[in-house]
Amino acid sequence: MSAQPLDARLVSAPASPASVLIEAQGLAMRYGSSATLALEGITASIRPGLITGLVGPDGAGKTTLMRLLAGLVDASQGSLRVLGLNPATQSRELHARIGYMPQKFGLYEDLTVAENLRLYAEVRGLPAAERAATFDRLLGFTGLASFTSRLAGRLSGGMKQKLGLACAMIKRPELLLLDEPSVGVDPISRRELWRMVRELADDGIGVVWSTSYLDEAEGCDEVLLLSGGKMLFVGKPTDLTGRVQGRVVQVRGASDPKGGSRRGVLRRALGLPGIIDGVIQGRHVRLVLAKDAPLPDLSAMRAGPQAELVQVAPRFEDAFLDILGGGPGGVSALAERMANKPPNENSLVEARGLTKRFGDFTAARDITFAIRQGEIFGLLGPNGAGKSTTFKMMCGLLKPTAGQALVDGLVLGKSKGAARERIGYMAQKFSLYGTLSVRQNLDFFSGVYGLEGAVRKRAVEGMIETFGLSPHLSASADELPLGFKQRLALACAVMHEPAVLFLDEPTSGVDPITRREFWTHINGMVERGVTVMVTTHFMDEAEYCDRIGLVYRGRVIAMGSPDDLKDGVRGPDLIEPSLEDAFVTLVEKDDQDQAQGLNREVAA
Amino acid sequence: MRSLAARRLSAIMVKEMLQIVRDPSSILIGFILPIFLTLLSGYSTNLDLDHLRIGLVIEDSSPEAQDLAASFLATKYFDARVGRDRREFADDMTSGKVAGIVVIPQTFSRDMAQASASVPFQIIADGSVPNTAQFLQNYAQGVWLSWMDVRAESKGAKFAQPVHLAPRTWFNQELVSLNSLLPGGMAINLTLIGALLTALVVAREWERGTMEAMLATPVGPFEMLLGKLVPYFLLGMAAMFICLGITLLLFHVPFRGSILALMAVSAVFMISALGLGLFISSVARNQFVAAQAAILAAFLPAYFLSGYVFEPSGMPLPIQLLSRAIAARYYVSCLKTLFLVGDAWPLLLPNMGGMALIAAVLLGLTLKNTARKVA
Repeated sequence: MSAQPLDARLVSAPASPASVLIEAQGLAMRYGSSATLALEGITASIRPGLITGLVGPDGAGKTTLMRLLAGLVDASQGSLRVLGLNPATQSRELHARIGYMPQKFGLYEDLTVAENLRLYAEVRGLPAAERAATFDRLLGFTGLASFTSRLAGRLSGGMKQKLGLACAMIKRPELLLLDEPSVGVDPISRRELWRMVRELADDGIGVVWSTSYLDEAEGCDEVLLLSGGKMLFVGKPTDLTGRVQGRVVQVRGASDPKGGSRRGVLRRALGLPGIIDGVIQGRHVRLVLAKDAPLPDLSAMRAGPQAELVQVAPRFEDAFLDILGGGPGGVSALAERMANKPPNENSLVEARGLTKRFGDFTAARDITFAIRQGEIFGLLGPNGAGKSTTFKMMCGLLKPTAGQALVDGLVLGKSKGAARERIGYMAQKFSLYGTLSVRQNLDFFSGVYGLEGAVRKRAVEGMIETFGLSPHLSASADELPLGFKQRLALACAVMHEPAVLFLDEPTSGVDPITRREFWTHINGMVERGVTVMVTTHFMDEAEYCDRIGLVYRGRVIAMGSPDDLKDGVRGPDLIEPSLEDAFVTLVEKDDQDQAQGLNREVAA
Repeated sequence: MRSLAARRLSAIMVKEMLQIVRDPSSILIGFILPIFLTLLSGYSTNLDLDHLRIGLVIEDSSPEAQDLAASFLATKYFDARVGRDRREFADDMTSGKVAGIVVIPQTFSRDMAQASASVPFQIIADGSVPNTAQFLQNYAQGVWLSWMDVRAESKGAKFAQPVHLAPRTWFNQELVSLNSLLPGGMAINLTLIGALLTALVVAREWERGTMEAMLATPVGPFEMLLGKLVPYFLLGMAAMFICLGITLLLFHVPFRGSILALMAVSAVFMISALGLGLFISSVARNQFVAAQAAILAAFLPAYFLSGYVFEPSGMPLPIQLLSRAIAARYYVSCLKTLFLVGDAWPLLLPNMGGMALIAAVLLGLTLKNTARKVA
């Protein structure tokens, strides 16, 4: 396919220098008369043939920068050349030469796969003679060839994302802008997308990929790290991780029979001088040391006699935290003011043969597991695998077709009220009333969970104090900065001190500091005897779990600690598997088993 | 080979038509709503009354009084209940069970004997329903006059009315109110339909992020809007013919103009109604808000200010001026002309000019709001 000019006037458009696609100088953006800048001081150049990551948490300014690059909004200050054009005045010329995939992929859901492709081919002026070959190539490339007559709205998240990419690619662009293409997409689809985009980059196309997943930054050739509208770093990701080289260690072997010790170790470690950040990774605790700090003292963390310190390769996120000046402390003010839960030998949460059918379709089949008191249990799985269905049955939002969901020995559905009082529920996106003020949200949820009188007042005041909400009390929940929204959602879910906490993707897209703060609270509560069940796409969240159930095609295909799962897939090809590796390998293995099973059936 | 702009435009129109076909809400608004609204306005807005319930008080027992009373009982315009005392009906008047009272007083035969006396009976009407009260008075007077006619004839004389009125009405000779109301109602209904059709679709594109994707292609806002306008224009014109069909066939409203003139007038109006919807959704960018705004901004002003029921010429000057910004006002006037008079181009053309101006302003503002800037 040749890059023919679309309109006659494009022939005279100045050719961009081959080495640079985008040149930004002191770019700043202010929406309307807003007091704060959405973006400031962006100076960078982006080159062809590379994947450049726009990396940062939600609200960092990624989408604003994308829209500036696509000529969809005009910068308030600074200069910007994209493909040698000025996006503010030459947007038509620019649009003919770029591909842009907005969030939600820009697909018409009531059009089929083929109709979407045809529409984008026509509006992008793909010559009719090239159409058949281009469609074949793109459908093959995205694996959508057998779905051409399916409505886009009926595709899975991963397939939508690939179709969105195909539509943006329909007339080979010089520059491909992808705004958060991997949000809400499972690790398998994410990997496929990366493979496809890497091919495009190798082919000479410049790709800008925005993401809030910091681990994706490591796969980029160049990274532009954004936080709060400011550019913290621009360059190769290895240059950034290099700054914490030799300062990242894992505490290994800090095990005790109850499995909770690593949470205590992390809490104590974060209180030690010289340690700027720490997270839990399966059975290990990962720590980042301050510059020139000596190795920490294991006994001060009370890590146990078998514990050892192992230096590990730094990740992008370690370096990000280092730039931000380190993470929050390890002590949860929230857990401090909670009473210990009375010990309970029985399982706090139990699924017994849970099955859910929607018509002919079985969304969940005979799901069985039990969660001990003080355990964090994670449900993982690709989109549409039955993870959310299971989760909803566990918190009593969906009635199982067969089987039982029990909380603290009570069957949900039968003893709804009594069981619900023991549950706290939090979903990052949905659990707040956006138009109510912070105080109204707190009052509302305290009432919903049955708190009354002095107890209610004390609980609400306690949350305001613990989470530092007092300056925001009269702001509506929608207006809150993301970090505070997150805190408020947690406050509303735990105000009544539930025995069991259900978390639905609680920290996806949240900045790493807020995420650490959140997990500090969760860990603190777990040490008090609270039981937690979490569902997530986010491997960093999964690492905090004591055990994980991997759900695929409506069944639990693997269960165990994050390290059990990793160990299970270790082999000559995967010497040091990540949790994502384990996830992908287990799902692919299940696919093969199913195919073989089918073959056997056919043979027999 | 077609130009690239033409290809883009037709691609968007094809896409839009596919969406119309697959989206139940467009079908609902385009086909079901016109049927529903026309039936509703046809059956609910009839201002002519038959069988008006009244109380008939006969205080005079003379044969002449009895004879007049019989006339009141015989006419199809009244359902009369007979009483001896007007107080019997006082409570019924208050509660609205009767629309009025006709009293034939004790003095009736005496007054009748004196040829100079004016109408010798009394009509008490319920002023809280002025329209009905007016009907009551007119009908009662009618009954009286024809009774007098018959009476005089039977005596071999001619009854000489004090003033002889010979009203002659042009354009709606039967004075059937439906004939002037339904054409106006069509304008109101099509305002709502036109605005709703487009208010939802553009807002939906913003909501689902497809507008952003489209604006990042060589498609310009003008092509985007024109590509939407054309399919919905066709749908809106289809809705117009549905309204027309029901009005003509079911309600037997006469139509004196030509279909061609109606199409010309309706086309200009439809563009302004669709333009209003497009303008709303370019501002709202949210389907829920857009639907609410379309009902408020399109339907209510059209209802009150179009001259459908309430004549703008009777309104205070500022309101009259405001009514000139309402496309439905010009359309109501055109439709009344076409239905009751015929193709009176000197009347139609200025009205079409008014609608065209409104359409141009709305579309211009929409274009400005959509102009490639996302936020």
